[in-house]
Amino acid sequence: MNTALTAPRATAPKQRKRKVVSLDKKKARAGWIFVLPFVIGFVLIYLPMILQSVVSTFYDVSLIHQTPLYRIEPVGLKNYSTVLFEDTSFVQTLVSGMTQMIIDIPAIIIFSLFMAVILNQKMIGRAVFRAIFFVPVIVSTGIIAQIDLATTNINTNMEGEVNTGNQAQGSGGASQFINATDISALFSSMKVGGSLVTYVVDIINNIYNIVNRSGVQLLIFLAGLQSISPAIYESCSIDGATGWETFWKITFPMISPMILVNAVYTIIDSFTSASNSVMSYITQTFTQKSAEATTMAWIYFVLVILLVAAVAGVMSMYIFYQRKDG
Amino acid sequence: MTNETQNVTKVTKESKNKIRVEFERTDLWERLKIKYLSLKFLGTVVFVIFRIVLLLGISYIILYPFITKIAGSFMSPEDFADVTVKLISRNPTLDTYKAIITENSYFDALFRTAGVSLVAALVQMFSCCIIAYGLAKYKFKGNSVVFFCVIFTMVVPHQILRSVMTMLFKNFDIGVFNVGIIKLLGGTPANLLNTYWPMVILSMTGLAFKNGLFIFMLRQFFKNIPDELEESAYIDGSGIFRTFFQIILPLSIPMMITVFLFAFSWQWTDNFYVTIFFPTVRDYATFPTIYGIPSIFKSYTEAAGGSLFTSAFKNTVSLMVMAPLIVVYLFCQRYLIQGIERSGITG
Repeated sequence: MNTALTAPRATAPKQRKRKVVSLDKKKARAGWIFVLPFVIGFVLIYLPMILQSVVSTFYDVSLIHQTPLYRIEPVGLKNYSTVLFEDTSFVQTLVSGMTQMIIDIPAIIIFSLFMAVILNQKMIGRAVFRAIFFVPVIVSTGIIAQIDLATTNINTNMEGEVNTGNQAQGSGGASQFINATDISALFSSMKVGGSLVTYVVDIINNIYNIVNRSGVQLLIFLAGLQSISPAIYESCSIDGATGWETFWKITFPMISPMILVNAVYTIIDSFTSASNSVMSYITQTFTQKSAEATTMAWIYFVLVILLVAAVAGVMSMYIFYQRKDG
Repeated sequence: MTNETQNVTKVTKESKNKIRVEFERTDLWERLKIKYLSLKFLGTVVFVIFRIVLLLGISYIILYPFITKIAGSFMSPEDFADVTVKLISRNPTLDTYKAIITENSYFDALFRTAGVSLVAALVQMFSCCIIAYGLAKYKFKGNSVVFFCVIFTMVVPHQILRSVMTMLFKNFDIGVFNVGIIKLLGGTPANLLNTYWPMVILSMTGLAFKNGLFIFMLRQFFKNIPDELEESAYIDGSGIFRTFFQIILPLSIPMMITVFLFAFSWQWTDNFYVTIFFPTVRDYATFPTIYGIPSIFKSYTEAAGGSLFTSAFKNTVSLMVMAPLIVVYLFCQRYLIQGIERSGITG
């Protein structure tokens, strides 16, 4: 590609006279036009906000009981050293939060892909089931999440009297019909590895959480499944492929771009959701020492970006795109 | 084989365009036996049962909290004071719903929220489509940098930028660190708070809530569309933008519907941006402002079971906030059907 671009440049003066623009250049220009809204917004609105926030990590803001109310002084890297080396609980929360993620993320992706494939099949009451599975998308954000959080404490106190419904009871409701010990007994008799048993038991105990966090992913997969041409499935069934084979040879590769999206989104969402232990620790610190909390947040975001980049880098090697140049 | 069928079938010509084929059918019992006594049918039955059990089970997990929420919404304050009342109310009442509609001006909030959400969702849908298409289909220097920036906007939650964002739109100026274009031209920075502009600006530039996800998702989708489609459109003399609007967008309706649903429902339940961008306007009733307990119920909240009543009231509000969204979803999901022939390219 590059050599093709540089070759005409040797004869550039001639071309310039005739005002010929190469197709690649034309395409590059069109590309810039398409992304222009984002670039303008990012450079002029987002970047200043980010810079201001990052710069504030090099300052110390302290509350003083005088007219300006705040005293802001530059402290260099002091905030960073405090957060990383003096505040022991931050690193601890970070590590435990990360391990929990590693358990949850594959479970969420596998679960949502599985449910999306099932909800994509023709059956009675499909619209109703789809609507039910859409509920977690609404519940997870904004005002409804806030109301849920606000009412949780009251409800758990009164649990015996009236079930007003909340997360804690939801998980209780799930474990009522699936007993974790039964599952582990089942698996240990199957002689599979102990780590797998604990993994599955963890997921089952956590099922309410996982179901409620996979709503967005499910909808993305569902939309992705629409884009697979039915002609491919048709020719597949004519060739005598079973459902299992069709899934692995057709559905899975065709949906793989969306698997990347969902992996990245799940990582980011679970890292930055308010229920995450690290995020709640940061917001907790924010009320007392805002500069330190911002510093923590930025260290955390850099880690998340590195993790996302690593996952995306590994996954994009295996992704199938239905184009000639990949 | 051909001989056999010729022996059995009898073709008679009835009229000019009509023929009648008579053949011996296998009798009904035999046919049913072949159809339903096979291993394949057994497998299908087992799968259908497994599927319905799984779906019902998970629906139960999702809906479990709502059973009690709905039950609580019909209870009267006396029921909360009564310890023996569980789920089924002794004095069922619609007072809670009535109070939300009249005292908390539910319909006002509904229409205003619907307007804001619809505009925001449509703008976000189109701007994200355009940005994602540029990222997916065109190679230009800096493509990957721009894409990295998109992912970056996903990672940093706007809650962290709360104070900075308020400051930005309070003294809105285009530029960095108090040096902006408007200031350089001698004007004063505009105060955009209490207007719709911050929302519109963020939506148009693809920086609103979780727009990074939409761009990423649409980019992956566009990348998966074969290039031959556009190439043939170019050859037929269609320009870049016409190709985009007439060829690509109709293909991506399921994706666009999904993006629209996300943007719409997140804007619908949003309380973060509304409280930032409309800090002082009291009569701006959107859903975040209507979950307070109205004054006519104030006496109940201090009585026995008052905290339960408060939480039941708030849960009722959240039910009423969610109900229109479910309707919108049911309307939109009919576009999420398989069978859209995406491309004429075989292979």
